[in-house]
Amino acid sequence: MAMDAESLLWLLAFALVVTLAIPWFLWGVSLRVAGLPVWLWWHIGWMVLAAGLFWAFSRRGWGLGIPTGRGDRP
Amino acid sequence: MTATTQLGIVIGYLLVALAVGLVAYRVTEATVEDYYLASRTFGTVVLLFTVFATLLSAFTFFGGADLAYLYGPEWILVMGLMDGILFAILWYVIGYKQWLLGRQEGYVTLGEMLGDRFGSRGLRLLVAGVSLFWLFPYVMLQQIGAGGALRGLTDGAVPYWVGATLITVFMVAYVLLAGIRGVAWTDTLQGVFMLGTVWVALGWILLTNGIGTINAGLAADHADFFALGGGFYSPQTMLTFAISIAFGVAMFPQVNQRFFTAGSETVLKRSFALWPVLVLALFVPAFLLGTWAQGLGIAADIGAGEHALPIMLTELTPGWFAALVIAGALAAMMSSSDSMLLSGASYATRDVYRPLTSGDETMDRRETWIGRIGVVLFAAGALVASLLIETGVSAGVGAILVDIGDLAFGGFAQLTLPVIVALYWRRTTRTGMLAGIILPQVLYLGFNFLAPRLLVLPGIGPVTLFQSTYGGWGISLYCMVVGLVTTVVVSALTTPAPEEDAATYFERLSGD
Repeated sequence: MAMDAESLLWLLAFALVVTLAIPWFLWGVSLRVAGLPVWLWWHIGWMVLAAGLFWAFSRRGWGLGIPTGRGDRP
Repeated sequence: MTATTQLGIVIGYLLVALAVGLVAYRVTEATVEDYYLASRTFGTVVLLFTVFATLLSAFTFFGGADLAYLYGPEWILVMGLMDGILFAILWYVIGYKQWLLGRQEGYVTLGEMLGDRFGSRGLRLLVAGVSLFWLFPYVMLQQIGAGGALRGLTDGAVPYWVGATLITVFMVAYVLLAGIRGVAWTDTLQGVFMLGTVWVALGWILLTNGIGTINAGLAADHADFFALGGGFYSPQTMLTFAISIAFGVAMFPQVNQRFFTAGSETVLKRSFALWPVLVLALFVPAFLLGTWAQGLGIAADIGAGEHALPIMLTELTPGWFAALVIAGALAAMMSSSDSMLLSGASYATRDVYRPLTSGDETMDRRETWIGRIGVVLFAAGALVASLLIETGVSAGVGAILVDIGDLAFGGFAQLTLPVIVALYWRRTTRTGMLAGIILPQVLYLGFNFLAPRLLVLPGIGPVTLFQSTYGGWGISLYCMVVGLVTTVVVSALTTPAPEEDAATYFERLSGD
């Protein structure tokens, strides 16, 4: 099954959300913002962003990759 | 604050849960699909909270907060990746497809779904057997936790066996009465209750102490807690936990069976998008509290079985509030165990008992009663085992069972990749599935339970067999790769048996 551009974009977006769920580039950084570690603020922002991406996927990409009897066969 | 008042709060909470079960009973019908799956009708709030509350066990309030107390709050990131992101993706990849299949073919369990497609009663038995093997000791761990929590709360006035028995009896009561509806409705109550108590606790500690004092305490003794990583938290450790637990959760019977219960595609979509937010809302405060206990100089001997969170709340908040949070923790244990009892019973009766006795498929009403007997036997067995362990009667067997419970997530994770291959690759064969499930289970058990052995391989040199980590990565990840490769390679090398019907998962499947 050849992957179209839209599927590829979704796949990349999901891969990015997984990869940076732990902010590797902040490894060892102990900077604090408003009393909490800066990486914790990244986590909070990233989870909201992930929820946004999942919501967009559920609106526009739902069904991708799920082979059904209506075409889109492997 | 007397032990009686604290116990009163806990009992009051248990009675509320039972009342919810009674209300659910009034709308429960006497069919199997209704008893186990609420006739596939759950809406977003109930589905989301029942899966969420089921995922959270005693770990959220005790084990996880203790980890944050000992090693710093990075566990928040592990939980975010694990439950907020990886599990959400599996929710789509496995859950949505399973839901479509379940709706079309009427499946109630995972074993049934695989056994039907591959025309194999053996595969169905294997999946149920592996699941029950890991599930039983995990239920025991929850009962052991409940007994210990009540004993700790009442300073020993309620002995361990009374606490564990009390919780079990209440759970069995509403599971027997109302099946999945009773479980899911009480889960929703328990989930909301847990979220509420943990945020109030966070606010209380923050307002009465101030972030300045907490951070000053941390900076004095545990300055490394502010930095990401270090000590216990290596990238390998964090990823091993996040990946093997997320993949394990998807195959835990009580979670996997819930994939079948959504009322509509919209419900699945909404829950999928809400996962990261819910995870954020619970784990950030729960684990921050553990870290802050360290900053406030709370002394808890974790190695000796003490827990940081209840000790901090008992010292720094009124007794009634600490009792409320303990009730929240009991809620977390109950909401996991009740679901495990029900799903465990459905695997045992549908996938093991019925095929072995060639029971009549049409005897729907009788089956819900056999399922209820299964719930009682499962609960009583786990309770007796956990009581025997505590009294030291069977300490050796007990230690092994506790180890199995601790390893359960990794054990379930070994099922996930073969199942995904089966769901998405048409060429998967029965032989491929059997090999891809059996081999990683054997390896995972061997590497965890056998004593390490040094082998000298010609051309490679000395290799130690049976370690639980290699290069910092947990053995569960290596076994998952073995399972994936085995399923694919063996499937490619074998031809489908005549009874196999790939069309079930592909051509015949229709979306909304």
